[in-house]
Amino acid sequence: MTTATPTVGVGAQAAGKPTRAGRVRKRLNSRTATLVSIVIALLWTVPTFGLFVSSFRPEDQIKTTGWWTFFRDPQFTLENYQQVLFSGSSSGRLASYFINSLAITIPSVLFPLAFAALAAYALAWINFRGRDWVYIGIFALQIVPLQMALVPLLRFFSTGVTVGGVQLLPAWDLVDEQKFAQVWFAHTCFALPFAVYLLHNFVSQLPSDLMEAARVDGATHPKIFRTIVLPLITPALAAIGIFQFLWVWNDLLVALIFAGGGNETAPLTVRLAELAGTRGNEWQRLTAGAFVSIVVPLIVFLSLQRYFVRGLLAGSVKG
Amino acid sequence: MEFDWAGETPKFLMLMYGLIAFVAVVGGLLLLLDVVPAWFARRQEAQLVAASTSGTPLPRRRKPREGLFALFFLLPTLLLLMIGLVVPAIRTTLLSVMNRDGSSWVGLDNYGWMFSEDSIIQVLTNTLTWVILVPLVATAFGLIYAVLVDKARFEAVAKSLIFLPMAISFVGAAIIWKFVYAYRGEGDQIGLLNQIAVSLGGQPKQWLLESPLNTFLLIVIMIWIQAGFAMVVLSAAIKAIPADIIEAARLDGTTPWQMFWRITMPSIRPALIVVVVTLSIATLKVFDIVRTATNGNYDTSVIANEMYNQAFRYQETGRGSALAVFLFVLVLPLVIFQIRNLRQQREG
Repeated sequence: MTTATPTVGVGAQAAGKPTRAGRVRKRLNSRTATLVSIVIALLWTVPTFGLFVSSFRPEDQIKTTGWWTFFRDPQFTLENYQQVLFSGSSSGRLASYFINSLAITIPSVLFPLAFAALAAYALAWINFRGRDWVYIGIFALQIVPLQMALVPLLRFFSTGVTVGGVQLLPAWDLVDEQKFAQVWFAHTCFALPFAVYLLHNFVSQLPSDLMEAARVDGATHPKIFRTIVLPLITPALAAIGIFQFLWVWNDLLVALIFAGGGNETAPLTVRLAELAGTRGNEWQRLTAGAFVSIVVPLIVFLSLQRYFVRGLLAGSVKG
Repeated sequence: MEFDWAGETPKFLMLMYGLIAFVAVVGGLLLLLDVVPAWFARRQEAQLVAASTSGTPLPRRRKPREGLFALFFLLPTLLLLMIGLVVPAIRTTLLSVMNRDGSSWVGLDNYGWMFSEDSIIQVLTNTLTWVILVPLVATAFGLIYAVLVDKARFEAVAKSLIFLPMAISFVGAAIIWKFVYAYRGEGDQIGLLNQIAVSLGGQPKQWLLESPLNTFLLIVIMIWIQAGFAMVVLSAAIKAIPADIIEAARLDGTTPWQMFWRITMPSIRPALIVVVVTLSIATLKVFDIVRTATNGNYDTSVIANEMYNQAFRYQETGRGSALAVFLFVLVLPLVIFQIRNLRQQREG
């Protein structure tokens, strides 16, 4: 606390030189603020850090001593990861589920992005009757919790559509890894209202002169969409893409219902929730497994944080 | 046992099919919209040329078919929303007044069951606790932290650390905190909370088994995740307060306390409301945390979790649907409020 001494001296003549006193006090304030905010931030990270450290400790160590003893008696191993990723199905076999997570996530991000961009463009720049009503309709669908759609959508996949005894659409009858298609479909449907709404905000704010000029030059709507609109809304697409990526990768409910629990389709989250339930005391597997599931979104998040925050703000504040 | 990479090939194949389908659908749609109008335009041009050379009166030019374009641009979205949301939501509402396999009408029985069964009343009380505590505490913490960090150095790093749990799945977060709450009968404790309890002279406990404490411990997880969201949005709102207002207040000699209540709070009120409402909606739908941490046992279940259990574990479709509809009814006023709020903001 070396700063305390000068404050006293300045404080004595504060009446004469308020600006200097103020500056010192402000600096002091900002020091306390810095200290307190960093301490809180570190406390916030302790649970994650504990998990991370534990995942590298040998099994007998994890099960008998706290992770904080690691610093007194460091014992390091990669065995947990080896076990949980690659060995037999009873201990995790998470590599398989990791691939499932990837296979589920990539199309589940691409489809809604593309469809929402097309829809947002049409709603913002093509004149047709009832445009506002269509937009309001899509917008209003945001209020439907996806719980409202789960049971009927599952039936749609498993038994098809029957109206008055007439089979209109057959059942999908998907097996094993084909069930990915169901998950893609469900995620795409559930993502669309929000994605259309956000992208519409961006697309409708593009300068209308630009569109006019392109129309005068004889560009058709698809051409304007491809060559003018798409490049301009790339940041917005990135933001929504990250959003959707994190949402799908971290989702449990949709995957649980539409992918099933087998290692052919279930993503990491489903498998981890299962391990936490049936092998709640196998901390060597749970810690390593949880970290395997966290690492991808963490990388995405840290490297693209700027876009993510922008998307968040656009979604919640600017509307 | 060695890991069998060959066994994973069908998944990659399926992923590739998915990507091919994506390219085919989106690319095909754009190509279609590009080629067909171009063909029409050429034909029209040829007609015009023919008409001008032969001297016959020009055919009346039709209005460009804007609506047709719009239809194709909107087609995938509208189709998917119809199949995936609109029709299912209506069917769920219908199922909620039918019996367990949807074969006969039972009126409001399912709703009556919801409010008479003790375990479901427990579920509703839990949900109420969640939806009161999470938005309140997370927003309060986010606000205090945003004000605090505004003056601090290393602002970006500190904010990232608080914000980090947002990237972690609810499942991952639940496991992280289950580890904090972990319990051992004898010897050293491995859970941080029990270690703290022991070093303060207390007895180690099975935290997650003790109702009603366990619900609060689960709520802590949600707050831990969502505080970062509140902090980021509010911090942006604080930074957006015009500098001259702050400068003027400072010249008038306001204390930091006055500054906070008279300047900061009124300026960020809209953002504050948005945060509280968004968090309330997210909290009402919370499912993953409860399912992973306790699976809804020991009196910790919430609506979304109970809905899943009824509809998909016990095959009680009617009851599950009734719970889903009830969830919808709870969310409805919040979202309407949110939308009205956003529109006022944009007009103002």
